[in-house]
Amino acid sequence: MNTSVKDLLSQPERTFNAKELAALAAYFRVVMFDTLHDRGTGHWGGSASSAELTTSLYFNRMNIKAEDPTWEDRDRLILSKGHASMNLYTVLAHRGFFPVEELSTFRKLDSRLQGHPCMNKLPGVDMSTGALGHGLSVGLGMALAAKLSGKSFWTYVITGEGCLNEGQSWEALMSAAKFKPEHFVLMVDYNKVQLDGTEEQIMPLGPLSDKLKSFGWNVAPTAYDGNNTEDMLASFAWMDSDDIWPKAVIYDTIKGKGVSFTEGKNAWHGAVIDDASYAQGIVELTSDLHQKEAAL
Amino acid sequence: MSMAMRDAFGSKLAELGATHPELVVLDADVSSSTKSALFGKAFPDRFYNVGVAEGNMVDIAAGLATCGYHPVVNAFSIFLALKGTDQIRNTVCYNNLPVIIAGAYGGLSDSFDGASHQAITDIAIMRALPNMQVIVPGDAAQAQQALEYALTQKGPVFIRLNRNPMPDLPSASEIGTVCSVEGSDITIAANGITASYANKAASLLAKEGIKAEVLSVPVVKPLDVESLKKSVSKTGALLCVEEHVLMGGFASAVSEAFMKQGISCRFDAIGIEDTFTESGPYEPLLAKYGISAENIAMRAKNLCK
Repeated sequence: MNTSVKDLLSQPERTFNAKELAALAAYFRVVMFDTLHDRGTGHWGGSASSAELTTSLYFNRMNIKAEDPTWEDRDRLILSKGHASMNLYTVLAHRGFFPVEELSTFRKLDSRLQGHPCMNKLPGVDMSTGALGHGLSVGLGMALAAKLSGKSFWTYVITGEGCLNEGQSWEALMSAAKFKPEHFVLMVDYNKVQLDGTEEQIMPLGPLSDKLKSFGWNVAPTAYDGNNTEDMLASFAWMDSDDIWPKAVIYDTIKGKGVSFTEGKNAWHGAVIDDASYAQGIVELTSDLHQKEAAL
Repeated sequence: MSMAMRDAFGSKLAELGATHPELVVLDADVSSSTKSALFGKAFPDRFYNVGVAEGNMVDIAAGLATCGYHPVVNAFSIFLALKGTDQIRNTVCYNNLPVIIAGAYGGLSDSFDGASHQAITDIAIMRALPNMQVIVPGDAAQAQQALEYALTQKGPVFIRLNRNPMPDLPSASEIGTVCSVEGSDITIAANGITASYANKAASLLAKEGIKAEVLSVPVVKPLDVESLKKSVSKTGALLCVEEHVLMGGFASAVSEAFMKQGISCRFDAIGIEDTFTESGPYEPLLAKYGISAENIAMRAKNLCK
């Protein structure tokens, strides 16, 4: 009998390989699509975009203890694009930080699963986010704390285009290049679609790699496919390949990834998943999951 | 004249650095003005000059605070409480992180630089933020006490500092309301450096037979309503004085509390009216915008009629 995602999730602390991560991310997309449809609120586009980034970090890379979410030596992740909260919540729940059943309380009154992540309510959230552009600065503070206290934990910051539209991100980029803390990584979920339209229509960021380099960052020489887990692991290998800080990786991703009619569409940034769209989309996502499970 | 508040604060930072390993200090390219450079010189490893980027500085401090450090961020109060407000609200206050926001050059004390540098809305902004405590020291000793107090707190504290040497107020063992002059005809509640002018006003009033009671009230949030209530129950009249606009600051906080508790009294407030201020020497500038012993005495006298 083939391995299933259920088998994988029975041992969430394992370091998973690329095929397993792909199956997990496909499964998490199904859970996200289901939950967002059920709840009738939340952000599908950006959550689908970063699914492989977050899955690969939490199920392959990060040194964490789900039973001790505030462990001081843990690696930190700041989801600066906090509107992808459903993505973070789905990964954290399946990694063991809180019960999976709690996902159904998303955005309900009294829920720990706020519209945007709140660190004081939900275990596993390293920083509350929502207002765009804060993540890099806060992450820099965490990385400086590691340096000052002689700890070697990593701090990862995931931003989207929206965060990089904010001037504060560029202040943080400058200051990180000044202080150069180790183990500090910017991961750009570069899906090139914003809320109101494409990046080109709203605020062109290119040439992004050159801009980051000119700000003094060690930028990965290739843009990785952020929806491909082989590429995700290759990017992790690059993070470990030298000791030049701070590091930035640009991931080419697809907003609304996994559902044909939501891919690359700004309208699906925060649209409610109606019943007809759900019926069509869940078929595609389930089919993808079955393919990835069959490949295990 | 006492030591300038900024010198007192900077030297206290440097002193406390020796006994508080969790203390880290950040500045936005004004450390020679705020005097946080004194800490930077003593503890260069725990001092970060982030350039002219107040919002970035506040969030860096927040990141440090999540890892067990107790940061003090220093910049001009007007810029912290405007350019850093998003970060102070959404990161520091929302997460209730122990970050001390040290707003230098508060009120009109950056007098010659003019309206662009004068912080007249910072108290209103900071006191509206959940989890934030707001302290406006009235002299050098209160500035040092405010810092010592803030370092004992598990959440954020805003300390609004003054640039210039100001008269010493009667000393107290810790930061809080101090009665500097006792009286029975009117209560003058003075926030921050206005207390020394209120004390002089009380002397002027005494010459006319009016016995004013002067309370120096540095803590705007949480407000010490009990001390105010006790004094007003004796005098029946209250004049609030602050170096801030009259919307949302100290006098607003007092009137909100009094209305809510049903405390009735004759009331007036001196502060900056709904206007921008200007360049000039500090004391004449304060006087032009209502903060002088003479004006406080006159308004108090009117309230006693």
